[in-house]
Amino acid sequence: MSGYFSDLFLGAKSLLDGMWVTLKEFPKRPVTLSYPHESVPMYRRFRGHIELIGNEEGAPNCVVCGMCERACPSNCISITSVKPEGSKKKVLTGYTLDFTTCSLCGSCVESCNFNAVRFSNEYNLASTRKEDFIFDLLARLKEQNQ
Amino acid sequence: MSQPIELQQDETFVLNVGPQHPATHGVLRVKMTMDGEYIYNAETVLGYIHRMHEKMAENRTYAQYMPNMGRLDYLSAMAFNHGYALVVERACTIEVPERAEYVRVITVELNRISSHLVWLGAYVLDLGGFTPLMYCFDDREQILDLLESVTGSRLTYCYFRFGGLYNDIDDAFISGTRSFITRMRKELKMYQKLVTGNIILMKRLQGHGLVDRDMCQRYGATGPVARGSGINYDVRRNEPYSIYDRFDFDVPVFHEGDSYARYLVRMEEIEQSLRIIEQALDQLPDGPVNPEKKPKVIKPPAGDYYAAVETARGNFGIRLVSDGTKNAYRLKLRSPTYSNMHLFDEACRGMLIADALAFMGSLDLVIPEIDR
Repeated sequence: MSGYFSDLFLGAKSLLDGMWVTLKEFPKRPVTLSYPHESVPMYRRFRGHIELIGNEEGAPNCVVCGMCERACPSNCISITSVKPEGSKKKVLTGYTLDFTTCSLCGSCVESCNFNAVRFSNEYNLASTRKEDFIFDLLARLKEQNQ
Repeated sequence: MSQPIELQQDETFVLNVGPQHPATHGVLRVKMTMDGEYIYNAETVLGYIHRMHEKMAENRTYAQYMPNMGRLDYLSAMAFNHGYALVVERACTIEVPERAEYVRVITVELNRISSHLVWLGAYVLDLGGFTPLMYCFDDREQILDLLESVTGSRLTYCYFRFGGLYNDIDDAFISGTRSFITRMRKELKMYQKLVTGNIILMKRLQGHGLVDRDMCQRYGATGPVARGSGINYDVRRNEPYSIYDRFDFDVPVFHEGDSYARYLVRMEEIEQSLRIIEQALDQLPDGPVNPEKKPKVIKPPAGDYYAAVETARGNFGIRLVSDGTKNAYRLKLRSPTYSNMHLFDEACRGMLIADALAFMGSLDLVIPEIDR
């Protein structure tokens, strides 16, 4: 019988404790944001998909060494280039990122010795089509230059 | 406490729980043979999200395998990062700078707290209490923000590198972590009041889901499951790796072996992790976070290497067999939940189904880690 009353007492106490916690939180401001209307600023180091870095003239810093392509664990980077006649250096003609297989590990950014790739802050990427996640990063750089 | 009853095999029926069931927290299927409301036996069926992580190690270079570590135990990815970095560093004898070791400990412990907070919220949700989940996720959000500000990701971290880290922490992270510690201590008191002392929780957990010491040893259970059954074993204390021997912390052990004991172990671990972080922040030295000399191509000498770390769920062991090439010859991952889960069948026999699901929650299963 004593167990019954102590349970009753503990139950009432638990209930009041719970109510008290709720009451204390009640006047506080909400910790969430109503997302599409407001959003938090992204951290500088946030890893969105990668993007190319351009020099002052807007041309990509990339020298087509292929290090990022090789470093990638899931083969999501493909680079095309041409070697103009009379020139020793290759010129980048296409930089495609297949974001569907990218795991944002940062191996490509780390492996780059020419400051040509960085993480973007892009995170609004929802889509129902696979093609929307295959990015032409060279076109993106050109867009950014404009 | 569920009464020991005489179960009769000829009057049973099969109840299928999962593979998609909220109580299993992932794609785990449990084939329960029931005698009325009581469980006769429970067969766990695995393999729904097997992704060949061990095989993947054999055709990727060592550095390329690092992102996989964030995708085993998605709640405590940092500890898995640590385990893999540790085994490769041992194999290649790479020296880790002091500062990197401290940052590793801080981030791993923060990740451990966030993992326990998810567990707490989800577990109480399993038991029918919705409110604590909101508070837990609010606190966890602070940790995710802190870790995002240094690692760039919120869940599937790929932050550790062989011999160091992807990048260094900044002052904002340090001050943010300090204020988080103060906040969390206050919140822990609130959880104590709201959840730990709640009569419904106590009545549902105390004396239920009994796992004894012997069963833990037979199944190789580790982590909070073993510590809730009186086994004083924590890899951080028993086989110190990294710099864990420099910190003063307790390993919480409870002898009851019931779901409530496992609950208390995890709650106490949050406090101990806070203590470790506090000490690590105080002792944090200056310096580089990556070694000056580091082999460009990781090619461990042929041999057999092993490293173990304590994740939020127990002992994560990683065995690497190298044949001296760029890829591992064999990589064996010993994940804690795999062992912890297997005692479910034996322990849940004769239990009411409602208690069994409360028991399953107390084991803290993360399915992608069981099904690698």
